[in-house]
Amino acid sequence: MKWLLVSVIVAATTLGYLFQVLGMRQHGEIHEFHLGALGVLLASLARNGWIILSVLAMAASFFGFMALVSVADLSFAVPATASSLIFETVLARLVLKEAVGWQRWTGVGLVACGVALLA
Amino acid sequence: MVAHKTRVFAALVIFTNVVGNLLLTMGLRQVGSLVGSPPMAYIQALFHPLVAAGVSLLVVWMIAQMTLLSWADLSYVLPVTSIGYVLAAVAGRVFLHEQVTLNRWGGVGLIVLGVVLVSRTPVATRQAPVATRKREVA
Repeated sequence: MKWLLVSVIVAATTLGYLFQVLGMRQHGEIHEFHLGALGVLLASLARNGWIILSVLAMAASFFGFMALVSVADLSFAVPATASSLIFETVLARLVLKEAVGWQRWTGVGLVACGVALLA
Repeated sequence: MVAHKTRVFAALVIFTNVVGNLLLTMGLRQVGSLVGSPPMAYIQALFHPLVAAGVSLLVVWMIAQMTLLSWADLSYVLPVTSIGYVLAAVAGRVFLHEQVTLNRWGGVGLIVLGVVLVSRTPVATRQAPVATRKREVA
């Protein structure tokens, strides 16, 4: 049950970040940071389909985390959900076409081993 | 001055994350299992004082992290705040009386090592030739 919840959280977090990146790329790099520009930014992001999907996924992830810590140890829940880094990196490579070097893959491998130790 | 500001915000990011998760967990233990509960049960749980305090701290955490990232590199923020994984285990052990096995400590250690390693790689790999996160002040 604990691992089922971890899977739901990890899937939701991973999709949340993926949608967030797709939305932000569609929007383009942010250059202006004064208050008026941030207002325009928020208004534009609130109409971005990817960003809306991302917020929904992140909300699902948070409610999943609430369910998880209501039954599981905090010292399990926090590191277990770090496994999202593994799937985020794989999707960053496959979907977002980011260059992932050996050092990043090694880091991801260490995280995977760490999560495996929690089981 | 910036170094001082950075340390203050890094400490705030770590503190609000660890204490926020701790209060959230303490509150939800009192509320009881949410697994398989209808959506309304989750909304109701948010009004439990400890859960509300935890969620508020987690909101501060997100804002503090975004603020820190406006001048600090992600490759600085990720390893520095990954100490939060260790502190979550310590908080579970001390305040929630959880049994943290040797395997669990080992797992936490490997995750921190992994995060530190990933953060030592370039921040952006798509832009050429130089990826700079420094924003221009308008």
